[in-house]
Amino acid sequence: MTRVGSIARKLGMTQRFQADGSRVPVTVLSLEGCQVVATRTVPNRTDIGVQLGLGAVKASRVNKAAKGYFAKQGVEPKQHLKEFRVEVKDAPEVGSIIKADHFVVGQFIDVAGITIGRGFAGAMKRHNFGGLRATHGVSVSHRSHGSTGGRQDPGKVFKGKKMAGHMGQVQVTAQNLVVVATDVERGLVFVHGNVPGCENSIVFIKDSVKKKQKVALPTPGSFSVPGAEAQQPADVVGGGDAA
Amino acid sequence: MNLLQKLELEHLTELSAGKNFPEFAPGDTVKVNVKIVEGERERIQAYEGVVVARRNKGINSSFTVRKISYGEGVERVFPLYSPRVDSVELLRRGRVRRAKLYYMRDLRGKKARIKERTTGTGFGATTEGGAA
Repeated sequence: MTRVGSIARKLGMTQRFQADGSRVPVTVLSLEGCQVVATRTVPNRTDIGVQLGLGAVKASRVNKAAKGYFAKQGVEPKQHLKEFRVEVKDAPEVGSIIKADHFVVGQFIDVAGITIGRGFAGAMKRHNFGGLRATHGVSVSHRSHGSTGGRQDPGKVFKGKKMAGHMGQVQVTAQNLVVVATDVERGLVFVHGNVPGCENSIVFIKDSVKKKQKVALPTPGSFSVPGAEAQQPADVVGGGDAA
Repeated sequence: MNLLQKLELEHLTELSAGKNFPEFAPGDTVKVNVKIVEGERERIQAYEGVVVARRNKGINSSFTVRKISYGEGVERVFPLYSPRVDSVELLRRGRVRRAKLYYMRDLRGKKARIKERTTGTGFGATTEGGAA
């Protein structure tokens, strides 16, 4: 069972006190009316691509091709698009907006984002190397990575050797984060701990892939469909098989 | 005010509802009633000492209380808005000239006394601070 995920904007971090008095660091993610733009089926496959869109765009900033595409789908043009693979039976309708209670307090999620770029970083920062000694004859190479290859044998530096180089600005997924709270009205999800990316960057939320859920999740999800007053009935499946 | 600040303020208002802490400052002696959980039961334990520091940072506000326990100096940092801090009682105001009284760590016995403050904020005509 796979549910659709969501695109979100990382607003920043703060902290919250929980009912038992513990203080937890939280990242605030805003769903900002993340909407289903299209669904794509592939013959002979049980999953379906659900394209989600986030963020409004000025009409003058949308080119003709994109304008036509969004008009055909009957949704407003979006700034960011991302496709999620979902089982056919769990696919939401085009136009539905993902609500914050799609994610349940206590559930595990994976959040993917582009990490903050650190430029050309040394081996100590990039690979957590220890560096060389501060004294005892070490000269000018306190933060160096040390030896990289052998002598005559093997006579080369192995491929993939950890060295200095470009660090960050790659997509990274933080796995098994816990949802601390949700705010349906404002479309906010509060996640325990940190999430890759800088503030106001775009992140992708998914139900955790590896960790089994301990709480029941609304399936196929919690959506609101503009125009249709009746919200889709979310039949809740037991936590055991919600993986 | 951005949304994040708004959220913090809301959380803060929610937490401080029903709480009425007295105005206390570094140098004051206070009694902090802390909720502690022992197995199933929850009870309140008092921690009494001198406020040596206050940190005013919205939801991250905290204060540090120092006391001498069995001859050993103990400092405890309480988050001001923690639900675990049940109440704070102001026992005695102290006259100090510094915001952070870390010098108390080096003082023992008679030298570690703080003079009582009987004037200024919270006393007499100039009751702006609002005494306990």
